[in-house]
Amino acid sequence: MNAWGIARLVAAKDLRVEWRSRILINQVLPFATLVRVMFAFALDNDQTLTRVAPGLVWLATMFSLLVVVQRSFAVETADGALDALQVAGVRATGIFLGKSLALLAQLAVLELVLMGAAVVLYRTEVHAGGVVLLVTTYAAATTGLAFVGTLYGGLAAGAKGRETLLPLLMLPVVAPVLIGATRATEAALGTEGATPSDGWPWIGLLILFAALFGVGGTMAFGSLIDE
Amino acid sequence: MEPVARPVVHLVDVVAVLGGFPALAGASLTVERGEIVLLRGPNGAGKTSLLRLCAGLLAVERGEATVLGCDLAVDRAAVRRRVGLLGHANGLYADLTVGDNVRFWGATVGATEGEIAASMERMGLANRLMDVPVGRLSAGQRRRTALACLVARRAELWLLDEPHAGLDAAGRDELDHTLRAAAAAGATVMVASHELERAGALATRVVEVVGGQVRGAA
Repeated sequence: MNAWGIARLVAAKDLRVEWRSRILINQVLPFATLVRVMFAFALDNDQTLTRVAPGLVWLATMFSLLVVVQRSFAVETADGALDALQVAGVRATGIFLGKSLALLAQLAVLELVLMGAAVVLYRTEVHAGGVVLLVTTYAAATTGLAFVGTLYGGLAAGAKGRETLLPLLMLPVVAPVLIGATRATEAALGTEGATPSDGWPWIGLLILFAALFGVGGTMAFGSLIDE
Repeated sequence: MEPVARPVVHLVDVVAVLGGFPALAGASLTVERGEIVLLRGPNGAGKTSLLRLCAGLLAVERGEATVLGCDLAVDRAAVRRRVGLLGHANGLYADLTVGDNVRFWGATVGATEGEIAASMERMGLANRLMDVPVGRLSAGQRRRTALACLVARRAELWLLDEPHAGLDAAGRDELDHTLRAAAAAGATVMVASHELERAGALATRVVEVVGGQVRGAA
């Protein structure tokens, strides 16, 4: 079976695991919402909250990403399935792309809820002119995060202390996404007088990041999970 | 199944290292098609390493190693696609049902729904357990599910590490029947086991693994 066939198979399997276990709905979404509410308590100022809302959305996304990635690879290592996939000669490229696709789908659902919560909690307004920029930002940033999450999840999967190792490895790497996505989202929402045209240069950074880790992950994932 | 002209497994003075320690220290073994070979020996003797080497999971440091006609030093990936390894772990997804798991593993080699159903039927999983999540199964039932996945994958060389562990009497009989049927159909089976009586009765040949070397190998 070719890499795309394997990718579809692995993505469908991962989404079926999620659907059966309901971890995203029952644990990750409440966690992300809790993080948002805690930010609101800590800042306790409507003007400040509105100003920093884009950054808070992406910070909550990053924290939730860690949980989702940990979970995505815990199901692979719990009973030696990742090892079994290698033994079965399943193409590592297909595994990488499939797990990235499943992660992308889960993050998209998560971000949709987080953005909705931002509108309610932080009284964020979405202007019609910024909708295209906002959607592009989410698409590019989420794709990059899915690739990085899968790559570093695979790297940490076989390591001792992987639960603590993953945030240490991954958070510094996703910093450019946090910065780029926050600036682009601010531009899309018109935070502090920013206009959509201010946000498009940041999209370039997000697309470059996604392309870099997409290509890098496709090439390196097999070696990372190999013995 | 592709025709195999040469021995299925041909190892000559193979040395392999695992975690900085020698796992195999000059192992030599030849296994012909259709054989069921029992690897016996004490813990740490190298039985599991030998199986993992044949599965293409362990690199050959020195010596000559050919599995299913492929040189392990050159193309381990080609070997992996044609062997099935069942180790101490089952390689199953606990949140998925028995049917989901067998379907997934069968799909990795393009198995049809009919083949997948037949593999579950053969392992006694077709009806009452098919829709049960693997996480709710007993250890024996999980083992049986893992074997059904192996059947669905149509592996030419079966590498089994303590396959009887955790199986009830019926499951053990089913396993032995499945292995004999697979060997009769042309598959080759290598079993590492401490259950010498049962595995010995199943095997067509017994070899001893001691200190990373194989004794009694033809």
